[in-house]
Parts: sequence; C-alpha cells; structure tokens
Amino acid sequence: MKKHLVSANDLTKDDAVLVLDTAKELAAISDGLVKKLPTLRGRTVVNLFFEDSTRTRISFEAASKRLSADVINFSAKGSSVSKGESLKDTAQTLQSMGADAVVIRHGSSGAPHLLATRNWINAVVINAGDGTHEHPTQALLDAYTIRKHLRNNTGDLSGLRVAIVGDILHSRVARSNAILLKTLGATPIMVAPPTLLPVGIKDWSGEYSYNLDEVLPEVDAVMMLRVQQERMNDAYFPTAREYARNFGLNIRRQKTMQKHALVLHPGPMNRGMEITAEVADSANSVVIEQVANGVSVRMAVLYLLLGGTNNETGDKN
Amino acid sequence: MSANSRNSARVVLESSDISRALTRIAHEILENNKGSKDLVLLGIPSRGVPLAKRIAQKISEFEKVVIPVGSLDITMYRDDLRLRPPRALAPTEIPEGGIDHKVVILVDDVLFSGRTIRAALDALNVIGRPSMVQVAVLIDRGHRELPIKADYVGKNIPTSLIETVQVTLADFDDASENVTLFGGEG
Repeated sequence: MKKHLVSANDLTKDDAVLVLDTAKELAAISDGLVKKLPTLRGRTVVNLFFEDSTRTRISFEAASKRLSADVINFSAKGSSVSKGESLKDTAQTLQSMGADAVVIRHGSSGAPHLLATRNWINAVVINAGDGTHEHPTQALLDAYTIRKHLRNNTGDLSGLRVAIVGDILHSRVARSNAILLKTLGATPIMVAPPTLLPVGIKDWSGEYSYNLDEVLPEVDAVMMLRVQQERMNDAYFPTAREYARNFGLNIRRQKTMQKHALVLHPGPMNRGMEITAEVADSANSVVIEQVANGVSVRMAVLYLLLGGTNNETGDKN
Repeated sequence: MSANSRNSARVVLESSDISRALTRIAHEILENNKGSKDLVLLGIPSRGVPLAKRIAQKISEFEKVVIPVGSLDITMYRDDLRLRPPRALAPTEIPEGGIDHKVVILVDDVLFSGRTIRAALDALNVIGRPSMVQVAVLIDRGHRELPIKADYVGKNIPTSLIETVQVTLADFDDASENVTLFGGEG
C-alpha cells in the first residue's frame, strides 16, 4: 500500500482486495462482543473537516475509536480557519501536535493531495472527500457492500455491471467508484443527462448512457447519487420533477431490474427526488448497511495505513 | 518462520512423528483435565488452526464427544505491529457456547519468544473469562522472552537464534508433512 489514500488510483487490485478482506475480519469482530481493539493505542487521528459532514466524520471517528486511537475533531467553523489561516499553517499546527493521521475533507479539489505531497506534515493523509474530485473510502465501502452480497464476501468484483446514476459531473463518489470498480474488475456505467456528465466522460474507464430505463435491466447494482442542490446554480435540468421522472429510481423502474440487483445510495437521500421512499426501504436496498460497512472499511484503512511501520510496503504473510 | 538461509535443512519430525505427538498431546490434555468436560480448543492462525482441529478430532475419537474448536487471530494484539508493515488478518471463530467458565487450550505450531501467546491472552481477555487457559504446541524451540511456558509440547527442539523452524502440514500447506530445521551457517 502507498503511504496515503488520496485517490482510488492509489490502490492496486491487491491493495483493494486486502482492504476489503481486512474489513471483513474487522466486521466479524465488531459484530461480536469486542467493540474495541488495542491496535492503534497511542496514535492520534485528526479529523480535519472544512466541509459539513455527518456520516463520514462520525464513521471515521467510530473507526478510530474502535482501534483505540485518540481522535481530535477539527471543523473549520469556529477555528482559526475562519480567521483566514492557510491550509499550510493549519497542517503545521497539527504536525506539531503530533498527529499520526489526518482525515481531511475539503471543498477544494486537490487539498488532500497538497497535504500529502508538500512535506508540511509527516502524518498519513486520508481523503474523506475533496471538492468534486474523489472520496475513496466511500468507493471502498460501496465495493465492500456489493462484494458481500454478490460475491460472497471474497475476491474481486469481476464481471459485475454497476450503474452510477445522477450528478456525475460534481460527484466525487462517482469518480472514486468508477476507478475502484474498474480496478476490481467490474464495469461502471455512468447514467445522467448530458449536462451532468463531465466533458471528458469518453476518456473515463467504463461506459455511459443518457437513458436509465435501457441500463437498469442488465446491471447487478445501481448506485443513486444525491442531487446536490448546493451545486445546482446553473440550469442543468429544467425542473426537479422532470429530473425525478427521467432519472429517479421508482418502484416501476426497480421492477425492471434483475432479482439480485442491489440499490445503493451514499446518502443523504432526497426521497422523492433521485430515489422514492418505496425503493429506499425495499428489500434490495442496502443503504443502511452501507453506513455500518463504512465503519469496518475505515477501520481497515486506518489499520493498514497506521498499524505498521510507515513504509510503502505490504506483507501478505 | 522466514527461511532466509536454507543451506542446511534437517527434518526433525516426519508426518508419522507429528501424528504420534498430537495423539500424546490429546491424551495428556484429557489426563490433566480429568476428561473432556468444558474443553475448548482455539488454534492460532495460521497453522495452529489445523493442529487444533486434529487434536480435537483425536480427543473426540477417544472420548466419543464433540470438542468445540475455533480460531483466535492475535494480529491486532501483537506488540511488534509498529516494527513491521501491517499484516493481513485471519478469521477469529469462537465456537458456540463461548469461552466463559471453559478450559481454553491455545494451540500453535511453534513456541519461540512467547509473545504470540501473550497476545493471545490479551485477545482472550476481551472475548470472555475462561476458568483456565492452557497452551499446546507442536514444537518448543526455546529462547523465551516472556515468562510463558507450554503445558503440552510435541517435541522440544534446542535451536540457536539464527536457525528457523518450519512446520508444513499436508492439509494446510499442500506439501509433504514434516518439521524442518533450517540452519543459519550450515
């Protein structure tokens, strides 16, 4: 494994499978009596959140605490950042406080990359979502959830077809998922109106489509993305109702899918917009489970990046 | 055990020796504990697990009872985690009925520094409270770094620190079964 996890591209196929396998064993532990492991005792994990987040921050906090790491939560509101402190100065402050890992969420694409490459800090950098760039741990937990249901929790995802539907243009979840699914041997299919697909979509690994109804019957899983109201300043589609009619997942559309096909959503859901309540609460929906799997996957990432020496090596023994 | 220098390899136990040693250990466990009541065997991955299963199998044959067998991964409890790259985890499977008020027998292939057993005791601690913990190993090669001893030993093999001991099991390693001592300088 590389030292940092900034992009899903940092993971080879072996790395990704190792994370998922480790998460599987850790999930088995947290299902049982043991809720706490001593592994990261004495290590400090800083949650550096420049953007609002509920589940990702809580998930990383729970994962760190279950591994006995000390957690420092930092949110930009109420900190010196609102007084104009730069990322570099914030980073160096954390460094001098002895952070071993920095989990960063930032509104600007590339902020984790800066932190990881500029020698401002020695800590391991884990990207928890940067702008419209990437969100690799979300992709890992989605892959874990799909593997658990469709591949018996072992190996890779080869042969599976996964539709990613919605605001691909602004979605860091879609970008990381497209990369990781490809790494694991699955085929991602981006589905969106032309205005919400990035210009370079033809160069992405995988396929794309403007028509949800054509794609649904042949996929093994569908990932519905949140319509990000806060990024909808331009007219990407005429009305919310029209978007829901063409790209929302309702019960009629779900019935055209294969029996085993999963419904995923990274949350938070806009019920009635990209997904109807009926579908979100249906038997094939794994939305709630994704949250629980998120903790196991993040424990695995923290263990693999922080548990050993800080060398860029991996020991399979 | 890493096998960095294999210039002198010496087979110290053949497959039949291993089988006889495990049979004796099974008898000793029964003798020491006055039967098989409340016994739980936990193998330490990787080779402790198949060894635990074999010992349980033998006890079942002698006593006509089913002995609960499981596995206990100790990776997260190791004291040398920061000295090495992270290791992959192995499954922990605690048999139904748990380990509370049971006699837990930890099974491993080679007893060396004793640090693995120490980590296993920590791992047990968070799962439950056994009435007693005992240790069974196929090979005791000495060089303890902690005050830990085995209750049941297949064979004591005096070694030097530059030697390595390698256990291969037919059903686990898919190779011919034996215990081999690899010498440092030949």
